[in-house]
Amino acid sequence: MKFNLKKDSLRDVNNHLQNIDKKSNNRSFVINNPDGNHAICAGLKDEIEVTVDGHAGYYCAGMNMNAQITINGNVGTGVAENMMSGTVHVKGNASQSAGATAHGGTLIVDGDTSSRCGISMKGIDIIVKGSVGHMSAFMAQSGNLVICGDAGDALGDSIYEAKIFISGKVKSLGADCEEKKITEKDKKILKSLLDKSGLNDKDINNFKMYGSARKLYNFNIDNVSEY
Amino acid sequence: MCGIVGIYLKNKKLNKDLGKLLTGMMNNMATRGPDSAGFAIYSPEKKNRYKYSVCFSETNAKEIKSQIIKKIKDAKIKVIADHLIIETALAPVKVLDMIKKFKNLSLVGYGNSIEIFKQVGNPKDVVKNFNLEKFSGTHAIGHTRMATESAITTDGSHPYSTGKDECLVHNGSLSNHNNLRRTLKKRGIEIRSQNDTEVAAGYISNGLLNKKSLKETLIDGLKDLDGFYTFISGTKSGMAIVRDEIACKPAVVAETKDYVAIASEFQAMAHLPNVNKAKIFEPDPGLVYSWGK
Repeated sequence: MKFNLKKDSLRDVNNHLQNIDKKSNNRSFVINNPDGNHAICAGLKDEIEVTVDGHAGYYCAGMNMNAQITINGNVGTGVAENMMSGTVHVKGNASQSAGATAHGGTLIVDGDTSSRCGISMKGIDIIVKGSVGHMSAFMAQSGNLVICGDAGDALGDSIYEAKIFISGKVKSLGADCEEKKITEKDKKILKSLLDKSGLNDKDINNFKMYGSARKLYNFNIDNVSEY
Repeated sequence: MCGIVGIYLKNKKLNKDLGKLLTGMMNNMATRGPDSAGFAIYSPEKKNRYKYSVCFSETNAKEIKSQIIKKIKDAKIKVIADHLIIETALAPVKVLDMIKKFKNLSLVGYGNSIEIFKQVGNPKDVVKNFNLEKFSGTHAIGHTRMATESAITTDGSHPYSTGKDECLVHNGSLSNHNNLRRTLKKRGIEIRSQNDTEVAAGYISNGLLNKKSLKETLIDGLKDLDGFYTFISGTKSGMAIVRDEIACKPAVVAETKDYVAIASEFQAMAHLPNVNKAKIFEPDPGLVYSWGK
């Protein structure tokens, strides 16, 4: 089923996609002419596939649950913000705060993201095939951020228990973020995330891992299973 | 919030459509700044001819025109809504003082190339009032305002112009503008409003007066201007954009072989020709990008 945002109202399109009949076999959708509109595919909760054919604005695929959303273009601020589950795949670049505060699911960005990628992430897996801007993984609590390119200033500032894997250069580390020894378990996580993003040929040995030095917050080993 | 837009045409064939392209950009940014709007249009300069953009109030166009002609004999005057464009061979040293003496006139900007218009109201109405669609030119800069630092008046609207053929639009707010205003005034820069952006415009004028390029001045500004900003600044030869190093205020650039467009959000440029084939990027924090001759 196709929507055209030049004709259909964004509210009607989102309303349709947010209220899919559980018994319907019609589970594949295309949105044409997104033209940088905000909140496209926000709040989807069913197992459907949506392709946004063009550039999207702010908070695209925000709060997603279960849906597989592909954007054939760039996205604005806060793509997949507060996502719970499902997959969001951006074929172009993402603006700031990609995957912010998200609890789960997978966000794949083929290009670069600007600043604050994965800010306050709470369990999402983010794979960026390009580079990320400054303050990425700021206060990141849980989940994995994989960066195939470089990172800007203050990577992982005030990070909690999220993991950052990066194959390029880090301009600078933020407060309380340090390089960690990669364990076999970490390598498995990284490999599965790379495979999931179609990067089967990437050598995991080229990646370094960063995490929290645990000096800035009151880390208690008894709570480790919570992260 | 505020919306800022700019377009620089590389292909002269598009010059006649400049106003139309900017209208779409301003309309699509109306949601970011619904209380006032303004724009600056640059067209090829006429040697030894100056254009003074002024806003009139509490009078009518006919009356004020006849009063101006008495003082500036060779003036050609164009009336567009509550603005006049006064074209004359008289140089700014004389005309700027004359304009000050008219109680009903306030200067918006002047130069050999620039025309500036700004007004309180929804941007969609403002561009209609000034008939922006009909304008042609080489490059243009626009602003849609959501007021923060000063009152909702024409004086508080952007673009700000504090020097010949200069203009500045701003998304953000500055925190050291009062101190900087005093310093710049001492150096002879005229700043007319209480607005923070006008101080930044004055800062740029001061740099240009000291023979620095626009790019050099904006680089200096990264350490002297304290606050949040994305600036688009224009001169008669082109335009530049810079974001502060924290880069909370957004910007997107789309470049094709025909034009360079800048906007707060992509939706401001979704209507531009072949934009889907454009090179689209976000300007990096603390870097100055410029285009022009």
